[in-house]
Amino acid sequence: MTEVAMRNGLVLAGILFSLGLTSLLVRRNLIFVLMSLEVMLNAAGLAFVVAGARWHQADGQIMFLFILAMAAAEVAVGLALAVEIYRRFKSLDVDKLSNMKG
Amino acid sequence: MELAFYIAGAVAVLSTILMLTRLNIVHALLYLIVSLLAVAVVFYVLGAPFVAALEVIVYAGAIMVLFVFVVMMLNLGKHSVEVERQWLTPGIWTGPVLLAGVLLIEVVYLMRGVPAASGSGAVDPKAVGTALFGPYLIGVDLASMLLLAGLVGAYHVGFRKSEKSGNRTGDAT
Amino acid sequence: MLGLLWLIPALPFASALVLMLSGSRFPRKAATALGVGSIGISAVVTILVAVSFFTAPPPDHSYTQLLWTWINVGGFNPEIALRLDALSLVMVLVVTFVGFLIHVYSAEFMMEDEGYSRFFAYMNLFVASMITLLLGDNLLLLMLGWEGVGLCSYLLIGFWYREPANGHAARKAFVVTRVGDTLMLIGLMLLFTQLGTLQIHELMQRASEHWPAGSGYAVAAALLLLGGAVGKSAQLPLQVWLPDAMAGPTPTSALIHAATMVTAGVYLIARTHVLFSLAPAAQFAVALVGAATLLLAGFSALTQPDIKRALAYSTVSQIGYMFLALGVGAWQAALFHFFTHAFFKALLFLGAGVIINALHDEHNIFKMGGLRKELPVAFWTFLIAGCSVAGLPFLTAGFFSKDLIIWEAWSADHGHPGFWIAGMVGALLTSLYTFRLIFRVFFGPLGTPVTKRPGYTMTIPLMVLALFSFGAGYLKEPLLGFLHSALPATIEARAGGMTEAGSEAVAAVVFLVGLYFAYLFHLRKRSLAEAAVSNPVGSLLHRWWLADWGFDWVYDKVFVQPFIWAAQINKSDFIDAFYAGVARLADLFYRGLSRTESGRLRWYAAGVAVGSVVFLAMVLFR
Repeated sequence: MTEVAMRNGLVLAGILFSLGLTSLLVRRNLIFVLMSLEVMLNAAGLAFVVAGARWHQADGQIMFLFILAMAAAEVAVGLALAVEIYRRFKSLDVDKLSNMKG
Repeated sequence: MELAFYIAGAVAVLSTILMLTRLNIVHALLYLIVSLLAVAVVFYVLGAPFVAALEVIVYAGAIMVLFVFVVMMLNLGKHSVEVERQWLTPGIWTGPVLLAGVLLIEVVYLMRGVPAASGSGAVDPKAVGTALFGPYLIGVDLASMLLLAGLVGAYHVGFRKSEKSGNRTGDAT
Repeated sequence: MLGLLWLIPALPFASALVLMLSGSRFPRKAATALGVGSIGISAVVTILVAVSFFTAPPPDHSYTQLLWTWINVGGFNPEIALRLDALSLVMVLVVTFVGFLIHVYSAEFMMEDEGYSRFFAYMNLFVASMITLLLGDNLLLLMLGWEGVGLCSYLLIGFWYREPANGHAARKAFVVTRVGDTLMLIGLMLLFTQLGTLQIHELMQRASEHWPAGSGYAVAAALLLLGGAVGKSAQLPLQVWLPDAMAGPTPTSALIHAATMVTAGVYLIARTHVLFSLAPAAQFAVALVGAATLLLAGFSALTQPDIKRALAYSTVSQIGYMFLALGVGAWQAALFHFFTHAFFKALLFLGAGVIINALHDEHNIFKMGGLRKELPVAFWTFLIAGCSVAGLPFLTAGFFSKDLIIWEAWSADHGHPGFWIAGMVGALLTSLYTFRLIFRVFFGPLGTPVTKRPGYTMTIPLMVLALFSFGAGYLKEPLLGFLHSALPATIEARAGGMTEAGSEAVAAVVFLVGLYFAYLFHLRKRSLAEAAVSNPVGSLLHRWWLADWGFDWVYDKVFVQPFIWAAQINKSDFIDAFYAGVARLADLFYRGLSRTESGRLRWYAAGVAVGSVVFLAMVLFR
């Protein structure tokens, strides 16, 4: 509705994305990892919407819709796996899941 | 209205930062919800009300609720706060912050030539709907198949034979 | 009929090939038929060729059969061509005929061995290579046959390969003859680069045209060829391999190491006699080598307790006689001695084989005795052969041939009284050691009892060979006359002080003296032999002569040990370090890279982030 500079919107998306990346690299709890993934996906979607607003097209919002659908599916499966992992390993430490090392 | 954009943006960033640093997982979840709501406001300011509504309903409403359910189910409790405190030493932040910072600087630098917006940029839901039922129809079908796959996968992973665990929503301690 | 010449080597080659490819799948009878039959047919063809050669001699008394051109490069085009003249005909006759008899004998001797067809394959290959050597028209083809017989010698010495000592003996034989072969090869290269051809007839002609008598090239080439001959014929200083070569089966020792292969050196020098005539210094060296060897080997033969080793030293000594004859210019005498020696030496070895077989593998003569009545055929044939070797006057072939050599050593143009004395002393030693063997093995009280008696397949060859040992001497005049067409006559120089009859008389006396002392020491009063060995001087001499005058020990210290030491040092040299370094580098990389696969999620995510940072940087700062 108002003129928001595209650059600012993209910068905001960038900041949110790097915050999500930082959180992914730092936290060891599996739930936190999934949460930081959500943050990153959200930031990507924001970037799409900003671009769509700049060009006056609906495509940006549609992309955001698809990202949303994908995020939902991913969260569902991911959380189910997290529950299963907790049942097997009795802990949600991501570093404990390193049997594929070497 | 630009001011609203900046304030909402600041709220989103702040609450995300707060989310990163919490020890208690439920607190972090709540801060995340705040962040998502702030992003919804940003969407509205940008002239995308449909997406703003979707953000609130689906992202903050369904996905986050799913997180909350799982956290409650796992019943992590006070013990987990201790564990998180052990894991989050100050020194652990330096590398990732550096890395993400460099990435951010690069991305911002990449955008130095991006021009200002032209026009109001508002796209109403009707246009979105028309596009969804038009050229993006196949995408909608694929998204629905994806959701079906996610549903089946989640069910299969989480399924337990009733003999193995007595209580289906049992505490997993 | 002369056109059948190529069959003589081709038949044994083909038989050897078939036997090698079929292995032990052939039944015994088939392998025997093939192995013995091929040599038999070769012998028959040889006789036919010989008859044709006698009755209708080809022009210039030599016949060449060109088969095909071997190599054609630049100016170098040796051919596969077979040349028949008196020299090669005599030798091929002996090789095929004696070879056939030995093959018949081996059919029974090797009957129980599991490597039966392998044995005949090797023996046939040997005969084929030997004939190639003898009939080769150029030195390269001769070299091919030379190498072939060396290979077969190695294969047959180490025939019972499960025993490591046999492998050692085979290796030793091969390496020592290799030294000689290398010298010979250098000689061939010298001849080719200087004279431009390897075809023997051409070569001899060009040598006499281009090189004056006594020229450096002639001496060098002749000495190098002598080196090769010394290696193959087990003369000084390369005689060390022949006694150890007795580790092979007895028919091998009879064929290869008595009658044929070891005479290849004699053949070589006789073939290139023009070259040696151009180089008197080299010819003198030949005579010197022959004289020294015959004495040395004679002394060593006196001390050997193993019957085959004693016969091996006897072979070395007799070939020394042949070299002596070549050295003083008595070419035909040398070939005559080869002719008779082939018969009686093969007979001695085959007889020894019968004894060893009968006594269940006993080789030590001091454990034998009294076999006169038990093995009569072996006794009489061995006696005839022994008398022939020692030179029983007038009745045996060996007398005629050896005596001719000793006489020529005195009277020939290049002869010398010293050589005559050496020859006589050698004759005394020959008589001594031969009768030592005979008295110890066949007379006296019974030693090891006889467990197996030979059959007809073994005794008939013995009898045929005995006939020739006895009667070949009467072929002296026709044989010498026949060889005249290929070898020049010996130039008689001094006859002062002695006649041929006189020399023969001295030889007869020497024979009887040797016989008497052997009888005394080894039959009548055996304690004398014991006493001779136990007194200090005697025991020292005994041990020294038993160890072949210390040659083995010297070679070990001078050549073998330093070589092994150098090889040990070079085992991990810097080239090895380079390859080891490459391996270690790869290992280092592996270790480093496997660290990145920590299995931890956050590391992988960080990797992705780093990668994207790098890519963006590349895009930005291009």
